[in-house]
Amino acid sequence: MKVKYFAWVRERIGVSEESVEPPASVRTVADLIGWLSGRGETYAYAFEKPKVIRAAIDHTHVKPDAPISGAREIAFFPPMTGG
Amino acid sequence: MSITATIRIQESDFDVGQEIAALTTGRTDIGAVVSFSGICRGSENGEPIAALTLEHYPGMAEAEIKRHADEAMSRWPLTGLTVIHRVGRITPGENIVVVLAASRHRQAAFQAAEFLMDYLKANAPFWKCEESRKGTSWIEARDHDDAAAARWTKS
Repeated sequence: MKVKYFAWVRERIGVSEESVEPPASVRTVADLIGWLSGRGETYAYAFEKPKVIRAAIDHTHVKPDAPISGAREIAFFPPMTGG
Repeated sequence: MSITATIRIQESDFDVGQEIAALTTGRTDIGAVVSFSGICRGSENGEPIAALTLEHYPGMAEAEIKRHADEAMSRWPLTGLTVIHRVGRITPGENIVVVLAASRHRQAAFQAAEFLMDYLKANAPFWKCEESRKGTSWIEARDHDDAAAARWTKS
């Protein structure tokens, strides 16, 4: 699946998007955050406060307990500050 | 009667007067237009700001604005609706966003414009990065923006 990062999450990780293949045990958005956090220091830094991180699956806002099976694109970003 | 909202995300600036004219010219079913403009301030907490850079999530940003525009059109009898949000670098005094809500009477137009701004602030995937003498920093979301959006779900 494709993973996208925005704003300071993107800056901390250092890439704006990538393809990942998490193991089957990674079932929810929260699981994916935990799994990504283990990929290196930059990820651990970006996700150090998981409660602050917002997520979207295929352009729709989702909660941390949302299942990720079937997702084409998952995005992680800070709370929004547009308008 | 169904109307189609005009939704644009763009780097270039826009002219609010021209956008209002585009919405109302030739129409006789519009009795009220409420225009909200969000404009880049020149200072924050007493510190001068050189510019804001707006990042967005292409695809989702358009989808979220459309979702909320559709919701506004289903809740109020609107006869026109325009939402334009800029991205990229914006300097103090320039436009960031405009919402134009048109209706036969003012109440629907006022309420729809306020609803849309509250929802866009809390849910549309845009992020502001501020340039000042100290360097650049991402603006933090404000709790009262979430509270402002939540009040529309109570009634």
